[in-house]
Amino acid sequence: MIVVVAEQQRGKLHRASWEVVAAAQELAGDQPVDAVVIGANPAEAASELSQAAVRAVHVIDSPLLEPYTPDAYTAALDQAIAELKPSHVLLPHTYRTRDFAPTLAARLNRGLVTDCVGIKPGDKPTFLRPTYQGKLIAEVAVEGDVPHFVSIQIGAYRGDSAKRGSTAAPINTVVVSLDASAIREKPEEPFQEAKQAVDLSQAERIVAVGRGIKAQEHIALAETLAKTLGAQLAASRPICDSGWLPMERQVGSSGQTVAPKLYVALGISGAIQHVVGMKGARTIVAINKDADAPIFEIADYGIVGDLFEIVPALIAELEKT
Amino acid sequence: MRIAVCIKQVPTREWQPRIDGTRRGVREQDASFEMNEPDAYALEEALCLREKHGGEVVVCTAGPARASQVLREALARGADRAIHVEDERLSSVDAFVVAGALADAVREEKLDLVLTGLQSDDQGAAQTGVILAERLGLPHATIVMDVQVQESSVRVKRELEGGWFQWVQMPLPALLTIQSGINQLRYATLKGIMAAKKKEIRKVVLAAPAAAPRVRVVSLDVPRKTKQTQMLTGSPSEAAKGLVRKLKDEARVLA
Repeated sequence: MIVVVAEQQRGKLHRASWEVVAAAQELAGDQPVDAVVIGANPAEAASELSQAAVRAVHVIDSPLLEPYTPDAYTAALDQAIAELKPSHVLLPHTYRTRDFAPTLAARLNRGLVTDCVGIKPGDKPTFLRPTYQGKLIAEVAVEGDVPHFVSIQIGAYRGDSAKRGSTAAPINTVVVSLDASAIREKPEEPFQEAKQAVDLSQAERIVAVGRGIKAQEHIALAETLAKTLGAQLAASRPICDSGWLPMERQVGSSGQTVAPKLYVALGISGAIQHVVGMKGARTIVAINKDADAPIFEIADYGIVGDLFEIVPALIAELEKT
Repeated sequence: MRIAVCIKQVPTREWQPRIDGTRRGVREQDASFEMNEPDAYALEEALCLREKHGGEVVVCTAGPARASQVLREALARGADRAIHVEDERLSSVDAFVVAGALADAVREEKLDLVLTGLQSDDQGAAQTGVILAERLGLPHATIVMDVQVQESSVRVKRELEGGWFQWVQMPLPALLTIQSGINQLRYATLKGIMAAKKKEIRKVVLAAPAAAPRVRVVSLDVPRKTKQTQMLTGSPSEAAKGLVRKLKDEARVLA
């Protein structure tokens, strides 16, 4: 049996949970897929997930699971897994999963494959995951006793392709015992740094810069291209870390998620942390000196070369018309 | 306070990995190596905490002989001493084995804080630090953007998804995985490089039998294209002209 551990926040299901259901259904073959929903009163999320073609939805409900802490989640899932005895446990590769799943797998001395983008099902399934900043794909097998743990990269599967059931799946309760004094982490309320003055998610066109821009004074070149195209200026994480552009212009897993009609990536290699934030763009243009940069795998149009020669030529060409 | 920083030696970011004859590894002989970038931020954070609170910074790695170069680099930037769990097999094992080896090496160190980068630039499993916390019995926080050490606890700013953050407090000792960009990196000075030559790198032998890896690479491949990319070639002005035409006539994203 395969278990999907869904992620939810105050009853609202994380959209990646449906993507993990799709991955689990692909892995399962004839085996049943069950879902686990964990939190404080996560009934609404459980009810949404019961629409999936799963055998059952198991709810772990405790006030000690809100707010999220790795200690409480690990203790609760450890007990649920002992009861359900799955062969595989699939999770979305979210920041939260990254925080507790290695603890859980290590406590059970089991293997965990993180950031999985594809599955080869079978008696001994294997999993595909990016390595070397996405420049290579590794096919990996998990050794040792089950359950094996697998986290699925966000966006690797389509949530809407997850099979829905003809009737709602039964919702069970898994009773776990949690000790408040054993929870060592004391979280405060989540907050946003500053009001996002720039809403890149609404932009029709975006020009984004990455490490290839090399120096702060070259940002002006990208700015000129953005102005010529009527585009918003955005950046990958290292540019914002360096303070060359404000954090509010960052696109990627730790920044904004965008879906413009046109996305022009200048000197962006295409590390997955950036790509998850922009791969929904309709037309992607990549300009990069490295012909092997992963950005070219998702680009519609590519130019290999020196952006300091190509961008001025592009601005000149656009100004002609 | 005594702070351990776990660092990994990885191929440089610019390196284009080529798959070796076994198709399970890369041609390391072609690579040059550097300190894993998030680990460099973890080291910097440890050095800043030592400046503020006093104490000692111990850098640790579990890797083959070549990895001692990043320990030397860390000592030159200001770390006090180093521990190297040295074994050639450590270049091709999973986070489960590396974390176990690091735990054995630092268990007796009476640490207040263990820092490491949130993930490695090569394998990118994002597991070593979290497993290490479990092996040492420490509370942990991942993807940390700020560290405030208090009397017997630490308050850290965790990065959540989509521009959200959260402060979390936990008792010391604790393990934190550090996000790139938390601070401004310092580089080694000539004085630091000279001083590093006199600092200790303690070699530790990997316990035999070492834990068996849980994740094994079956094969490596280059990613398959999910989209048909049209490459525009020629001189910069020819490529630019070709691109503008495509964006107007084919993609219809320009008027």
